[in-house]
Amino acid sequence: MKLNDMVITVKDLNLFYGDFQALKAVPMDVKRHHITALIGPSGCGKSTLLRTLNRMNDLIPSVRVTGSILLEGKNIYDSDTDVCALRKRVGMVFQRPNPFPLSIYDNVAFGLKVAGLNDRHRVDEIVERSLRAAALWDNLKDKLEYSALELPLDQQQRLCVARLLAVEPEVILMDEPCSALDPMSTGRIEELMLDLKANYTMVIVTHNMQQAARISDYSGYMLLGEMIEFGQTAGIFTSPHDNRTQDYVSGRYG
Amino acid sequence: MERHFDESLQALKHQLIKMSAMSEVMIADAVKAVVDRNPALMAPVWQREDQVNHLQIEIDETCLTLIALHQPAAGDLRFIMGAAKTNAELERLADEAVNIVQKAERLLKEPSLKPFRIIPEMAVIAQGMVRDSLHSFVNRNVILAREVLLRDDRLDDLKDAISLEMTDFMAKDSASVARALDLLLVSRYLERIGDHATNIAEITIFVVEGRDVRHHSDSQPHLA
Repeated sequence: MKLNDMVITVKDLNLFYGDFQALKAVPMDVKRHHITALIGPSGCGKSTLLRTLNRMNDLIPSVRVTGSILLEGKNIYDSDTDVCALRKRVGMVFQRPNPFPLSIYDNVAFGLKVAGLNDRHRVDEIVERSLRAAALWDNLKDKLEYSALELPLDQQQRLCVARLLAVEPEVILMDEPCSALDPMSTGRIEELMLDLKANYTMVIVTHNMQQAARISDYSGYMLLGEMIEFGQTAGIFTSPHDNRTQDYVSGRYG
Repeated sequence: MERHFDESLQALKHQLIKMSAMSEVMIADAVKAVVDRNPALMAPVWQREDQVNHLQIEIDETCLTLIALHQPAAGDLRFIMGAAKTNAELERLADEAVNIVQKAERLLKEPSLKPFRIIPEMAVIAQGMVRDSLHSFVNRNVILAREVLLRDDRLDDLKDAISLEMTDFMAKDSASVARALDLLLVSRYLERIGDHATNIAEITIFVVEGRDVRHHSDSQPHLA
């Protein structure tokens, strides 16, 4: 893979919660316009790793990080990093849909207004484009003033994706984005992720191994803070190199 | 809802269509090499066999990956299983074309036994069965699949007719034994191609209807 194919390169990443080491010399490459999945049993460090990618772990006081995470070649842990700007470039969708208690329109327009964009015509355009990209526009275009909290859960989750798309992130992080959804809604979010791949780079953490298999291009299997195996998803699920990966993906462990 | 997964299934169909088209040309060239006594048609058969072998490996990999990544169920699972089995049938029927070319290499060194009548007819039927069985598979057309099954009888009859004819040659003229035996085998290879096409047609019925019709098992009421 060429260097500029990589949006994010993680090198030798260690993370400590106080005395506890949650990540151990982790490497990872995130390829542009691909979906990368992190899998592994509870407590293996996959969510911790995901949260290092936009420095969400900074919010926990006892955290200490060594190693580097290059975003387009620049280390995001450098002291001159603007963390707010970083989180705009690397956005996050959470486990449970978390729309603001505002209208559908205002949810999507929120980030734009915070960024100081007041041109109503321009905001309208971006709201429509974002809702279209999240496959919501056709259903919701006549209900933009309705409260976002009235939407079914999978539409709420897609609205959270639209809210993120409005501020044009380079990378979308997803932490168990379907764990609160039923199988049909999960299917719709997965199809959305596959559609978004044409324009966005995504990293997803999932407990659902089958989901990682279905939608990701690259997968990393983590165990006890280590990246045991990282590679193309087809390879990880048909002929993994490490016996521990083999045991996990075939359901013998975890 | 159209799934991204459906695009992968469509791509698998295209791989099979490509392999089948290649096999049909191989059969046509191999038989022409024998009937028209044209040695120039032999090399392309060998070349295409290489390509068919590569495709077989690619298609198996595709099927393995689709099963591993998508955990297909019901119709999707039957389709991918069917594609893997069809893949094996296509590779083996392409091998039969190679067998025919091997006989052509020997036959062309000797004078022709007699004008060919039955072998060209068998070749046309066998090619048609391959084309239509694959067509029935990719288009889920069970009517066409059942029609392919019926055509196999004609191929068997023609093979029996050649057996009689060649036995007669051998009885009358010992100098014809080697050539008659080779032609008998050519008819046997064409008949085998028909059997592979029949298998593909049976796979189609299983994929579409979920019913196993091999070994006449669909005539048993408890399985209907």
